[in-house]
Amino acid sequence: MNIFVLIKAVADSEATIRPAADGKNVKLDDITWVLNPFDEYAVEEALKLKEAAGEGEVTVVCNGGDEVPKIIRTALAMGADRGIHVNGPRSFDALSIAKSLVNAIQGKEYDLILCGKSAIDHDNNAVGTMVAELLDLPSVSFVVKLEKTATGLKCEREIEGGLLVVETPLPAVITAQKGLNEPRYASLKGIMAAKKKPLETIDAKSGEVQVEVIAIEPRPPRAPGEIIGEGVDAVPALIKKLREEAKVL
Amino acid sequence: MAYKALDYYLIEDLLTEEERMVRDTVREFVTDNLMPIIEECNRTARFPMELIPKAAGLGLLGAPYPEEYGCANLNAIAYGLINQELERGDSGLRSFVSVQTGLVMYPIFSYGTEEQKKYWLPKLASGEKIGCYGLTEPDFGSNPGGMLTRAEDKGDHYLLNGSKAWITNGTIADVAVVWAKLDGEVRGFLVEKGREGFEAPEIKNKFSLRASVTSDLIFQDVRIPKENILPGVKGLKGPLSCLTQARYGIAWGAMGAAMAVYDEVLSYGKSRIQFDRPIAGFQLVQNKLVWMATEITKGQLLVYRLAQLKDAKRMRPQHVSLAKRNNVGAALEIARVGRDILGANGISNEYQTFRHMNNLESVNTYEGTFDIHTLIIGEDLTGIAAYT
Ligand SMILES: Cc1cc2nc3c(=O)[nH]c(=O)nc-3n(C[C@H](O)[C@H](O)[C@H](O)COP(=O)(O)OP(=O)(O)OC[C@H]3O[C@@H](n4cnc5c(N)ncnc54)[C@H](O)[C@@H]3O)c2cc1C
Repeated sequence: MNIFVLIKAVADSEATIRPAADGKNVKLDDITWVLNPFDEYAVEEALKLKEAAGEGEVTVVCNGGDEVPKIIRTALAMGADRGIHVNGPRSFDALSIAKSLVNAIQGKEYDLILCGKSAIDHDNNAVGTMVAELLDLPSVSFVVKLEKTATGLKCEREIEGGLLVVETPLPAVITAQKGLNEPRYASLKGIMAAKKKPLETIDAKSGEVQVEVIAIEPRPPRAPGEIIGEGVDAVPALIKKLREEAKVL
Repeated sequence: MAYKALDYYLIEDLLTEEERMVRDTVREFVTDNLMPIIEECNRTARFPMELIPKAAGLGLLGAPYPEEYGCANLNAIAYGLINQELERGDSGLRSFVSVQTGLVMYPIFSYGTEEQKKYWLPKLASGEKIGCYGLTEPDFGSNPGGMLTRAEDKGDHYLLNGSKAWITNGTIADVAVVWAKLDGEVRGFLVEKGREGFEAPEIKNKFSLRASVTSDLIFQDVRIPKENILPGVKGLKGPLSCLTQARYGIAWGAMGAAMAVYDEVLSYGKSRIQFDRPIAGFQLVQNKLVWMATEITKGQLLVYRLAQLKDAKRMRPQHVSLAKRNNVGAALEIARVGRDILGANGISNEYQTFRHMNNLESVNTYEGTFDIHTLIIGEDLTGIAAYT
């Protein structure tokens, strides 16, 4: 089974994000880049499917700049076989990113394309399904369970109050939701093997960037809390405030 | 609160991408798997056996040895970083890995027959088998050369008699590397669990290294097959060469414990208010924090250089003595000072500094006490031995 996994480098979720001087970008100086957590599920699922099939290759594809090779090698250390670095600027515009990823995949042999349901930075939830559209492939998003069937894949998705079970033929594009699996650690042997695995760099062909970020604004600081009083005596005043000011009662 | 490792001198920049990945993987493994249970393990005096398969799956056992034996073939820096990260969690888990790697796999790898290597190393690397290392005896600690444990050549087998004390992993081990005198000369033997006359009762009620198994080994007319002797080494240099390996890891590990303490104490100092200001704002407390950060930075640089010497095959045992002595001594003192900054909270099991402090008492004693390393370095510098 040949699987392509689309991955993204994102800022470590513990990093403090500050707007850059231009007000449109994020300050990148002190950021530790990590593999987008939802993409970790996708890589893990690809490795499991490949292991179960007993043959095939897992190729990871990542768009971005200098931060990318390390992220690709993280996936290679987990067990992916090869990486493609689609070298181009990071962008909010999901369609242009999807196009540049498709350009890297098109013409190659694949049974399945996997990616995270979203990247934790822009939270667009868009690239995976756009890739499916551009390649004219069926797609199932937000998948929490995946099972290979004789003809394709049985997928479970979480919906409000229940589960939706769907089936799709292959090739298809699947986006991974939390719960799909528990991603493995890169083993030390895997880490040592990663640098010997092929990592190809190609230029991004994204076409026109249409959606642009015009401002990043930090959230206004929260208003300070107010202590109304202490003990039972304070309850009437609290109820009054909750009713009249907070309007939650 | 997420752990922040002190790196005041940007040693990060000296590491390769693989070395960083190894460190980050082990750090994450410890955060996810050890930190949630270590307080309970320590309180109930339990070694977390359940972590062995995962640790082995990552490649943490026998990491420096070649791939043909199921190992990751890591360089000295990466191996050191593993020790640092494990001991950031607890000295007990680091001790387990040190013993398995440096004291059990190392002598089999260096002095064993090809059959012994092929049989034991992959099983020890995968965690399927656990090893222990028996050198210390009840009456011979710093002076192992005086050991009383003896092996007799009985023609088709050896007969082993004697006892060992304070042996990490003893009770849970499938195989013991036992050092005993054969015709007056120290030799290494592989003694499997279950051999008649061999017992390994656990030493209970320790104040230190509670999340680690420590045992006595007792040998009463134990028959050892001839093929279980390690043929490649004779004399005290056999066991001492293993100690060099384990001490190397300990020198890194101690800095991990010190970094854990520093991280806890710094964040405590910034949030604990007395006399209307954070205690970290008082000069006396700052003096302690600065001293801690300085000692950690020195210790980190020491082991980084030691690793370079090891990889270049220029490291001498005395170099390791200096780093073990300095780093464990500093870590222990850092833990004591850290405990003080935590005030009454410092004696509560909600904070880890006390656990590290207690553990480091053992680490300061085992693998050559602080003072014995002073004598080793002293002899190296002056050419005059001062042991007796
Ligand atoms: C938790 C734990 C785990 C251990 N695990 C193992 C293991 O797996 N395998 C193993 O073989 N051993 C193990 N040991 C034993 C350890 O290596 C010994 O405890 C250590 O070598 C010191 O020996 P001792 O305890 O007999 O102390 P002693 O040798 O009696 O020393 C007591 C004190 O006297 C000092 N002293 C001794 N000789 C001199 C001298 N010539 N000049 C000046 N001062 C001196 C020492 O520095 C020390 O302060 C372990 C110990 C502990 C606590």
